[in-house]
Amino acid sequence: MAYSDKLVDHFENPRNMGALDKESDEVGTGLVGAPACGDVMKLQLKISDDGIIEDAKFKTFGCGSAIASSSLVTEMVKGKSVEFAENLENGAIAEELSLPPVKIHCSVLAEDAIKAALADYRRKQAAKNAPA
Amino acid sequence: MAVELPIYLDNHATTPLDPRVLEAMLPYMTKVFGNASSRNHSFGWAAGEGVNAAREQVAKLIGASSKEIIWTSGATESNNLAIIGGARFNARKKGKHVITVLTEHKATLDSAHQLEKEGFEVTFLEVDDQGLVTPEQVAAAIREDTVLVSVMYANNEIGVIQPISEIGAVCREKGVIFHCDAVQATGKIPVNVADLNVDLLSISAHKMYGPKGIGALYVRRGRPRIRIEPLIFGGGHERGLRSGTLAVHQIVGFGKAAELAMDDLVSGEIERVRGMRDRMWTTLQENLDELYLNGSETNRLPNNLNVSFAYVEGEAMMMAIKDIAVSSGSACTSASLEPSYVLRALGVDVELAHTSIRFGLGRFTTDEEIDYAIAEVITAVNKLRDMSPLWEMVQDGIDIKSIQWEAH
Repeated sequence: MAYSDKLVDHFENPRNMGALDKESDEVGTGLVGAPACGDVMKLQLKISDDGIIEDAKFKTFGCGSAIASSSLVTEMVKGKSVEFAENLENGAIAEELSLPPVKIHCSVLAEDAIKAALADYRRKQAAKNAPA
Repeated sequence: MAVELPIYLDNHATTPLDPRVLEAMLPYMTKVFGNASSRNHSFGWAAGEGVNAAREQVAKLIGASSKEIIWTSGATESNNLAIIGGARFNARKKGKHVITVLTEHKATLDSAHQLEKEGFEVTFLEVDDQGLVTPEQVAAAIREDTVLVSVMYANNEIGVIQPISEIGAVCREKGVIFHCDAVQATGKIPVNVADLNVDLLSISAHKMYGPKGIGALYVRRGRPRIRIEPLIFGGGHERGLRSGTLAVHQIVGFGKAAELAMDDLVSGEIERVRGMRDRMWTTLQENLDELYLNGSETNRLPNNLNVSFAYVEGEAMMMAIKDIAVSSGSACTSASLEPSYVLRALGVDVELAHTSIRFGLGRFTTDEEIDYAIAEVITAVNKLRDMSPLWEMVQDGIDIKSIQWEAH
């Protein structure tokens, strides 16, 4: 399959690949996909008290499009607000990477990963703020 | 010696045309252009002589008589002709049951599915975790109304070699026609139709350094006579079994390719390829953990290596080693979004099927290319495992199977 230069660049030079401390209250971790389906994304967001995404890291098992989608999505949300990340739609990722139709699900997975990471962050915050 | 990129390690898909084959073909496109069926002038005679010589060469490669060779457009057509043509002809007197194997090539499986549409019943035999089927399984599946059994010699994905001679003996004893798809085996291991007890055998030129678009079906003569129905009608070429003007230059190329393939079998070329393949497998294992060989290690073509690199998805792997042409059983490389049905039939976990890579070595593969490929693969696997959340979990001692994954 012929991929766009941008996709190949994200695959060959992934941005923000790595891990954040998943035990930290400031870090939300999203793990989506399934090994049996051939793609698993782990996305982590470090969020400040005023709702800014200070850092984002990913690790992905999957095809080139899945890896590029997760790399791109970390770049897109880093430095942005939680609201921005929440409203991010897969179409923006698919368009930016010129994903072929059979690979659109990779961008959907990246969107799901963001949502899952935010949900995890909220869960942690709620637990922290809950009266003992 | 510097390695020229890209490196071709996908010789199960197709092989380059050997320059010696091209040389043999060239005169038959310009100078000797006659129709081999033109019996009344020298142009036709010259073309006919080329065809006859090639028929001898191809027959010799598989231990057949030249009268037993039917030219086709390739192995897909050979398999269709053997299976559909063989079943249809013999259904009248024997019945409508056919036996084949789950790991066969699509050309065989889809021919069997076509027969199902025509009212045949097909038994698809399962294979063991090595990819092998046994003669006992075949014997047990044969019924009163079984007309034909089709089993491939060597598998195109995993290179596993089936016990064809023994299966052939079972079929002969029970009076059932036996077809064998020998496309991947021919030129890599000895293929002798008498030793193999086959009635019909498919081969293809472009898998053995010949041109694309030409194949052959061996149809055994002698008693009991093997009768099949044609699928293509017209001028009655090829004893009425395959009409159509003969592609003389392709046929001549096939003949030359067969002659060269015979040399390979005795010149040490096969052992050279096996040596490179074995070195590749050993070195990869020495440098990387969690590699799984797919299919039998011993009953295997000398040029095939099919490995699952756990926690590294196949298509990503192929992108990471972009200067090396290989194939993957990953879903992401197929239109169906399902991982390889061959690996699934062996009971390979879906997770591991997604991580499989097929290396196919060949006559033009060099030691330098293998060294380069080994180094690239090791680098790519390490890089992608660093990137893999599954690898991270495994390193942290988490059992991936214990996690409730959501299928999507």
